[in-house]
Amino acid sequence: MPESLTKFIFGRLTLESLPLHEPIVVATFVVVALGGLALLGAVTYFKLWGYLWREWFTSVDHKKIGIMYMVLGLVMLLRGFSDAIMMRLQQAIAFNGSEGYLNAHHYDQIFTAHGVIMIFFVAMPFVTGLMNFVVPLQIGARDVSFPFLNNFSFWMTVGGAILVMASLFVGEFARTGWLAYPPLSGINYSPDVGVDYYIWALQVAGVGTTLSGINLICTIIKMRAPGMTMMRMPVFTWTSLCTNVLIVASFPVLTAVLTLLALDRYVGTNFFTNDFGGNPMMYVNLIWIWGHPEVYILILPLFGVFSEVTSTFSGKRLFGYTSMVYATVVITILSYLVWLHHFFTMGSGASVNSFFGITTMIISIPTGAKMFNWLFTMYRGRIRFELPMMWTVAFMLTFVVGGMTGVLLAVPPADFVLHNSLFLIAHFHNVIIGGVLFGLFAGIAYWWPKAFGFRLDPFWGKVSFWCWVLGFWFAFMPLYILGLMGVTRRMRVFDDPSLQIWFVIAAFGAVLIAAGIAAFLVQIFVSIRKRAELVDVTGDPWDGRTLEWSTSSPPPAYNFAFTPIIRDNDAWWDMKKAGYRRPLSGFKPIHMPKNTGTGVILAVFSVALGFGLIWYMWWLAALSFVCLIATAIGHTFNYHRDFDIPAAEVAQTEEARTALLAAEGARA
Amino acid sequence: MASTAITAGAEPVFHLEEEHAHAEGGSTMLGFWLYLMSDCLIFAMLFAAFGVLGGNYAAGPAPKDLFDLGLVAVNTTMLLLSSITYGFAMLTMDKGRVGATQGWLAVTMLFGLAFLSIELYEFAHMIHEGATPQRSAFLSSFFTLVGTHGLHVTFGIVWMVTLMVQVARHGLIEANRRRLMCLSMFWHFLDVVWIGVFTFVYLMGTLR
Amino acid sequence: MKRSGALLLFPLAVLLSGCDLVVLAPAGDVAAQQRDLLVVSTLLMLLIIVPVMVLTVFFAWRYRQSSTTATYTPDWDHSTKLELVIWAAPLLVIICLGALTWLGTHLLDPYRRIDRIEPGQPVTQNHKPLRVEVVALDWKWLFIYPDYGIASVNELAAPVNQPIDFRITSSTVMNSFYIPALAGQIYAMPAMETKLHAVVNRPGTYTGFSANYSGAGFSGMRFAFHGLSDQAFADWVNQTKSAQAALTRESYLELERPSEHEPVRHYASIDPDLFGAILNLCVEPGKMCMNEMMSIDAKGGLGLAGVRNTLPLQYDKVARRGAVFGTDPSYVASICTAEEAAAASRAARNDDDRDWPLRDLSPLRGVGLLAPGAGTRRADAERPSLGLLRFEL
Repeated sequence: MPESLTKFIFGRLTLESLPLHEPIVVATFVVVALGGLALLGAVTYFKLWGYLWREWFTSVDHKKIGIMYMVLGLVMLLRGFSDAIMMRLQQAIAFNGSEGYLNAHHYDQIFTAHGVIMIFFVAMPFVTGLMNFVVPLQIGARDVSFPFLNNFSFWMTVGGAILVMASLFVGEFARTGWLAYPPLSGINYSPDVGVDYYIWALQVAGVGTTLSGINLICTIIKMRAPGMTMMRMPVFTWTSLCTNVLIVASFPVLTAVLTLLALDRYVGTNFFTNDFGGNPMMYVNLIWIWGHPEVYILILPLFGVFSEVTSTFSGKRLFGYTSMVYATVVITILSYLVWLHHFFTMGSGASVNSFFGITTMIISIPTGAKMFNWLFTMYRGRIRFELPMMWTVAFMLTFVVGGMTGVLLAVPPADFVLHNSLFLIAHFHNVIIGGVLFGLFAGIAYWWPKAFGFRLDPFWGKVSFWCWVLGFWFAFMPLYILGLMGVTRRMRVFDDPSLQIWFVIAAFGAVLIAAGIAAFLVQIFVSIRKRAELVDVTGDPWDGRTLEWSTSSPPPAYNFAFTPIIRDNDAWWDMKKAGYRRPLSGFKPIHMPKNTGTGVILAVFSVALGFGLIWYMWWLAALSFVCLIATAIGHTFNYHRDFDIPAAEVAQTEEARTALLAAEGARA
Repeated sequence: MASTAITAGAEPVFHLEEEHAHAEGGSTMLGFWLYLMSDCLIFAMLFAAFGVLGGNYAAGPAPKDLFDLGLVAVNTTMLLLSSITYGFAMLTMDKGRVGATQGWLAVTMLFGLAFLSIELYEFAHMIHEGATPQRSAFLSSFFTLVGTHGLHVTFGIVWMVTLMVQVARHGLIEANRRRLMCLSMFWHFLDVVWIGVFTFVYLMGTLR
Repeated sequence: MKRSGALLLFPLAVLLSGCDLVVLAPAGDVAAQQRDLLVVSTLLMLLIIVPVMVLTVFFAWRYRQSSTTATYTPDWDHSTKLELVIWAAPLLVIICLGALTWLGTHLLDPYRRIDRIEPGQPVTQNHKPLRVEVVALDWKWLFIYPDYGIASVNELAAPVNQPIDFRITSSTVMNSFYIPALAGQIYAMPAMETKLHAVVNRPGTYTGFSANYSGAGFSGMRFAFHGLSDQAFADWVNQTKSAQAALTRESYLELERPSEHEPVRHYASIDPDLFGAILNLCVEPGKMCMNEMMSIDAKGGLGLAGVRNTLPLQYDKVARRGAVFGTDPSYVASICTAEEAAAASRAARNDDDRDWPLRDLSPLRGVGLLAPGAGTRRADAERPSLGLLRFEL
């Protein structure tokens, strides 16, 4: 084949782009490929493709999409964590002249990928998944406002994840750090495909995130059951609303700034270059205008989870509901006024630095108020230490430390000595693991019975809990100390042997966390095996307070046979106290959206478009772009997107539940 | 109805007897507004980039050397007229007159195309003179801001064609009215953005 | 229980005693003041944090389900007094911390000349600062001493108890100049000059490095910082002067190419205009300097005539590659001679140093912070900031 033709077809993709010379990558590839083949083989063998396609991939049911988001987050957690443990190992052994086992080319990709994956493809899917599953149930809705868009958003997130995963085996990932500051990420200093993978993976996933944000805002504003005023919404719904407002008001900034970076790299414009009047500092500002709200996007929903869990397991109304809501709103607004604290050291004047330092500190006031609200919810409660509550207490004890070091870093002169140090790394892992991840585990343990109709096995849950909590303290307390020893982040080798012991302790902590993840997977496996024992037919295993506990577990496709009427912010608690009886007759047909495969198809074309752009395969990019537009237009020609679930079918579903409840009652 | 249900009798009522239908597309307008605001943020970022970089000519040409205000005025007129004609399309839609709606949409589209042609001519002329997006940060941010607006107009025209076909097929049914309403918001939004572009980029650039 | 706690803490204490917490025990006065602020802020916050942690554990234990004696009030969810307290307590702490932050940030602004050598010893006319020009290269550090006409690579020396004025820039990408024992860090950015003022009080050898990831050789981008007595510093200067090499534009372009783990190198003489040229990205002959370009742009550019004033890139330190749809890599050609350009940047720099000898030696207190628009401003007009953020808040 003539060279020009090869170049036309494959762009800059050559055999050398495959990392065949890097044994670690090849070994990983073999494991992933074998695992993947086994999975695909199993799905084929058990003839599950049709089932998966019809019931899950094309589903517009918010509950199934929520669960798929959680699965995506879990899979990517494994990838992101492998990166983490590789870094910990490298830093634990690269002393005394040893280069460790990773070269710079490899190591620099790993820390970049770790950050990108953990934020965009672990934390975001987990959080979005939780909101997707819970919010419509909590507000008594049948689905989200735009069910098809929901499915499409999910698949775009998957598309971004696929591009990141592809970079492991085809080409390379960015070697720039997770925010890809130019000029380093510009075409001059990063001419390879790494940064292009970064850009297009985030752009594809970003479309999904923004649309899902719009969708959930509309759902919360428009789809609440009658009687549920704004100030009667459960706190989780409130925090979800604020999070989605943050998403819609910040992700476009990311889209814009990455587009400008892409233009610099593809067209040779001069937004962030050194020459021709470009300004790299503008990138740093713009990306943090997105980046700081992003951290609140991650933590706010988990604040909601902790509120629900504390109130439920203390058997008490949430203390200070109103101030909790206002605290959330204040945090939402303030999160836009603090971005500069990520780069006090860039040389802004003292007044600018103090302004941003003080606004940052002000955020700790509503956050502190929230902490006290949870405390006084526990006060004079009757606390049941089930798994979600254990995570919550662990969160309260861990997060305050992270909050304290965060405020410390907001003092500019202190930041000058700690900026970019391992102290900073310890701080944000302290809030992200101690806040976001602990909250997610609390949320998963809390709502799992709602999603599947049986509880998670408490023994393995406790094993996972203790491994995670201890592992976290072992892994990150040494980093605080190393930061005070003046050790900076992203280092590959060290020459001061006195540091090594701390890195070894941190690596031990990472191993404990690995055990925690393993125990979590075992917990899921064991729970599925023992589902008959752990079953809950009541739909209300924790003596819950909010609406989602009023329907069956798992809920029927239509969520509620009759739309509930709300009189109190603990709606279900109120119904139980007032002697609520489940309606057994008078069912009506229910109007529901139809499944569609368009979301999957659009995401496939988007991935192809991204891949074509990354590798300069212009024909692929152009073709997939045309197909993308054509499919989207084609979709709008379909006017029949809904159907009615007949009343008889609703009645049948509800009668089955009645029978189950009766059997349970007889047994008790 | 809901409120009466709550207070009716001693026994509290906890659910609606009738199927509680959220009107189809009831969230569409809010959702589309939110989308427009997110798009507005993208433009805000591009304006900010232009604000920061707009004076960095890299010893090359400045706005006064490049912009032909007369041409831009014609261009602005095209876009403003297209907004007015879209307004007429919506008025006729409200009266349910399919033919007139289609006609006004076609006129709107022609104005949109005229706008795009003039813009493309302007770009081609600048590039021909050597004022390419690569020449300076000012030109990079100019081409990106104005070009992004142009891409939106292009997208709007593709959308308009699609809707005209759909109206031709199904008439002015509820779904199509909703879609025309969304496109109307989109089109007027682009007009508003263009007024910003005209003021901050062209007028203030030339006067600087 | 208590004893086992002590037993657990013991190894920790041993470990900590063995390590050098340089941020908490620095050798320079600026870093020491930053440390003080760090410690005070921590203590202030512990006022809230410790009670919260104690209450969490106490409530969790006191109100556990199996506790039969604890009160249970399932519907109690509001208390105005309590809410007032839980908002007011963090607010008070933040007010204190905010005041501390405002003062500390201004007093420890790295752009501000230091006003004391160490506690109780103010800067006098005898403390003429040592000027050091710092360039972050891929992946090594260049230090130019304009007062002595010498330069060194990956080695920095300064006399103790004498103020040091750092002018910092970078040749390619962002780095951060950081010597934990001396003072906080500041970014080193291409075509930007950042400043740092510091003093070292204890003789010794300390580590400096880049604290912002800058590419493959980042880990090795470390240098030794020697705090020397006056005599030892004079010896070091003499030793440097006895080196053979000279730092000219040509040898700089050679040095600038990416390399890792560079050994210490000394230059006996320097081109005095080199730092200005590095800062303005015009070491390569014929390339337009940034300051020249900026003054042309401020006057409205060169018009359409200037549009083709670019030349294809010849010198190519990183084998740079153009964007796929871009034009070929090029640079803007200078319209004045190298001498004129150098003279312009010299003038700008002399302008900068006008405030020596110091006119006012009284230590800066709160009143030293000028109100917006109040007459003379500190010489920070050209600090790198976005146009947007240039206003004084």
